[in-house]
Amino acid sequence: MSWLSKLMPSRIRTQGGNKRNVPEGLWVKCERCAAALYQPELERNLKVCPKCGFHMPIGARERLRGFFDEGELTEIGADLEPVDALKFKDSKKYRDRVVASQRATGEKDALVALRGTLKGRPVVACAFEFAFMGGSMGSVVGERFALAAEHALEHGLPLVCFSATGGARMQEGLLSLMQMAKTSAAIARLREAGLPFISVLTHPTTGGVSASLGMLGDLNIGEPEALIGFAGPRVIEQTVRETLPKGFQRSEFLLEHGAIDLIVDRREQREKIAALFALLLRQPALPAEVSAAPAA
Amino acid sequence: MNPSYLEFEQPIAEIEARIAELRHASQGSAAGIEDEIRKLRDKLSARTEQIFANLSAWQVSQLARHPLRPYTLDYLALAFNEFHELAGDRAFADDAAIVGGPARLDGRAVMVIGHQKGRDTKSKVKRNFGMPRPEGYRKALRLMQMAERFKMPLLTFIDTPGAYPGVGAEERGQSEAIARNLLEMSRLKVPVVCTVIGEGGSGGALAIGVGDRTLMLEFGTYSVISPEGCASILWKTAERASEAAEALGLTAPRLLELGLVDEIVKEPPGGAHRDPPAMAARLKERLLAALDGLSGLAPDALLAQRYQRLRRYGAFRSA
Repeated sequence: MSWLSKLMPSRIRTQGGNKRNVPEGLWVKCERCAAALYQPELERNLKVCPKCGFHMPIGARERLRGFFDEGELTEIGADLEPVDALKFKDSKKYRDRVVASQRATGEKDALVALRGTLKGRPVVACAFEFAFMGGSMGSVVGERFALAAEHALEHGLPLVCFSATGGARMQEGLLSLMQMAKTSAAIARLREAGLPFISVLTHPTTGGVSASLGMLGDLNIGEPEALIGFAGPRVIEQTVRETLPKGFQRSEFLLEHGAIDLIVDRREQREKIAALFALLLRQPALPAEVSAAPAA
Repeated sequence: MNPSYLEFEQPIAEIEARIAELRHASQGSAAGIEDEIRKLRDKLSARTEQIFANLSAWQVSQLARHPLRPYTLDYLALAFNEFHELAGDRAFADDAAIVGGPARLDGRAVMVIGHQKGRDTKSKVKRNFGMPRPEGYRKALRLMQMAERFKMPLLTFIDTPGAYPGVGAEERGQSEAIARNLLEMSRLKVPVVCTVIGEGGSGGALAIGVGDRTLMLEFGTYSVISPEGCASILWKTAERASEAAEALGLTAPRLLELGLVDEIVKEPPGGAHRDPPAMAARLKERLLAALDGLSGLAPDALLAQRYQRLRRYGAFRSA
């Protein structure tokens, strides 16, 4: 099994995250077109296959580094750490799962929130770390998102969030469900202040995150072929007892059904989001620059 | 075994059956029999109290889904003077898994929205087992906005296994429908009191559950995932639902302790289903008290307080 298939959606809810998602060799094989790809080049291309355009999983920090301008970034809510309020235990203790995920990802929890600049203009951006317990939303994720939204509100900045998550974090019980209410309430405040929030839905975004902050962007942007939905495909299949149509719950399907505004290739998101924020904030157009044209 | 009673309620069913038998036999009224019935009644309340004092989280989960448990429309009939049910989301359909409309509670005009389950096979199917589709949440949103327009406090009753996980529901934007309600409820300019009357199943429950006060009936449950769903993910089998129920901390006392619900509404001996009128009367009293507590606030103060309330949800530490 390749390192990529280990990240595929069948494991979104149970990801223990005890492996670093970094291949050992310099060459990796594209999951879709099987092309052998040179790792440094793949990274420069934001983990999108230069041959076929397949969007591979990308870590939260790596994604945000590629999104912001180079330069200083301020982290929001960095000091927050999860606690085991329920003393939750299944085959493993929640506390142990957290420690394993922390070791594997180097993150304290599944959301990274940063303030930096995009094309010279300040923005707040968050990204889910899927390798941390399937990007699940518990108290720290909800709190960091709310702090990020409040930071944007206080400083009059736009907010963007890249989601990659299986939904609410079961091990925090109802505390995690309530993060849906908390994050949505924070977005309501941005709306009232006329500050734009763009939600970028990446593979996969399901459950409680999709049903709260994920679908609440002034604009919802899907990454190509991302799985986006409320219920996971397996749950739906078990409920309706039929095979699901091809392409069901993928970005293209959501676009067709009117659930998202547009689909944007990862390599073009920086340009696109910068231009949209400038328009929504009635700022002057961004100076033209040589764009990093996708290689495929 | 009496199918109207859960397994752990069977001792209660047996005593009740014996009382009924004696009643039947004592048509001619004999003093000795009356005495016997009185003894059995005492035994019944002692036994009920004993069973209900030590319920496991899984037993409470079963009570929350008890086939005889009062549903939203039962409370509307028992605790309210008037109710005018309104239908439809004005876009796609009417979803019978959510009911709502203007009502009168002790003379006051209020808007009521609640999940609705069915009792017999036909109505269960009609109500989709209390699992709403997007049009249900959009009907609820329409009624919430109407409540705001006419300055009516909003009362919601939560009782659902969860939002329906179906193909059509996904196509019509189940996630968006839920998310939208969370956002809109957080800034609705009228008092919002939410009550978990039975099962509070995840996002499908929360979609009508954001407000200023959350009440919970003593034997209701409120959870991020059903015990069965949790067990099948963590242990790969729904058989271990009772362990999952315990781990999830989904009972009223536990949630009060965690600060996630504000008040527990006590149920009659043996649970709400043993005495719906008494339950409805108590619920009415607590709803009126909750509304009284919120009625003096100007909309801005109400919303500021609501935001702070939502903002406090969570447990973490700062290094």
